[in-house]
Amino acid sequence: MNVFGAIVARDTRLALRQGGGSYWTLLFFVLTVTMFPLGVGPDLALLSRIGAGVLWVTALLAAMLSLDRMFQADFEDGSLELLSLAPLPLELTVLAKAAAHWLTTGLPVTVLAPLLALMLAVDPAAFPVLMLAMLIGTPILSLIGSIGAALTVGIRRGGVLLSLLVMPLYVPALIFGVLAVQAALDGLTPRPHLLLLGADFLVALAITPWLAAAALRLNLE
Amino acid sequence: MANLHWLANPGRFLRIAAVVLPWLAAATAVLLAVGLWLALRAPQDATQGAPAKIMYMHVPSAILSMTIFGAMAFASAIALIWRHPLADIAAKASAAIGAGFTASCLITGSLWGRPSWGTFWVWDARLTSELILFFIYLGYIAIWQAIEDPQRASRAAAIVALAGSVNLPIIHYSVVWWNTLHQPPGLMQGRTDPSMAVPLLTLMGAFFLFYVTLLLWRMEREIVGRKIRQFRLLRAQA
Repeated sequence: MNVFGAIVARDTRLALRQGGGSYWTLLFFVLTVTMFPLGVGPDLALLSRIGAGVLWVTALLAAMLSLDRMFQADFEDGSLELLSLAPLPLELTVLAKAAAHWLTTGLPVTVLAPLLALMLAVDPAAFPVLMLAMLIGTPILSLIGSIGAALTVGIRRGGVLLSLLVMPLYVPALIFGVLAVQAALDGLTPRPHLLLLGADFLVALAITPWLAAAALRLNLE
Repeated sequence: MANLHWLANPGRFLRIAAVVLPWLAAATAVLLAVGLWLALRAPQDATQGAPAKIMYMHVPSAILSMTIFGAMAFASAIALIWRHPLADIAAKASAAIGAGFTASCLITGSLWGRPSWGTFWVWDARLTSELILFFIYLGYIAIWQAIEDPQRASRAAAIVALAGSVNLPIIHYSVVWWNTLHQPPGLMQGRTDPSMAVPLLTLMGAFFLFYVTLLLWRMEREIVGRKIRQFRLLRAQA
């Protein structure tokens, strides 16, 4: 477990320090959300209706765009090879890297979401549900993303391919995340949507490390 | 297991395929002709009229688009676990056919939607999940194209197929939860009158045979193509 924690700490530190790109991801998130009112017009009634969807789609894009740093640099300088020889199973290494990715994208996006929701005129009563849904849902983005990142690690210009592979698999997280917020806005209980989102998270947690590790082994041969 | 290995010989596969393929093609043509004839003679839909006959193309395409993905995921699992040399060729050969049936399902569906729903496209549950299935097929084909070495491409693609097959039911039910306007499936519950079910089932059989024929043909081409590639590499080295 020490090795696991060390990998999480190392990757988080690398993402936060100079050239790590964690801030850029957040800036991308804020900037893209800002583009929506400019695109659809400043009508607050319309913005409050599409606000939850805009936040979720943008969070999804932000998570996806930062996936390449999960394995790419370590693959290029050879440290991924050393990590695969470490006593920690590669499956857990993948999990640690996904956790670090979430800590530096999903978590800050979740913290920023209410602020942006406020600017999109989403009813503040739904903010706790929005944050809870993002807290459960954004780890799914990092987990499923780890499969795509592991598959495309050896491919030149794999970024677009990565989004093609990963985006369809993000659909359930997007749907349940938005439905939970919508239910809260309509005065209904968001519980079923949050439970389904949690189920999706557990499925991703159980399956993705195996597939991503298999993909990494393939690229390390 | 013994059978699995007996079938793993590409040379044996090519010999069997050469014998079977003409018969399969002939059976496909006959069944397709019979099915189309039955479908055109089938009674008109009481409320929708002639456009409802699109169903005879739409439903078999939809069923095959999903069946082929299942077959592809199954073949991928076999390829990944046993390194079966024909399973990954079968999975690769299936992908483009499956994507074709998915496209056919989407196109016929939207042509049918225009007269009956008044619009080419609605964001209804089954249309949307079929569209996502199409994207997953394209991603699978893309990863084959992205990796040059066929051995590695096969394993990477198998991982994509497995990830897709685990997620497809989740995607499907999440999309159903999200929105539903489409009528629920009626055929398997015995609610379809035999005058329409018989042509439909005949055409389903014909589409399935068409898939098997195309699959064997594409597998043949893939095996020969790999041999040619091997020879070229050897000649370049010599």
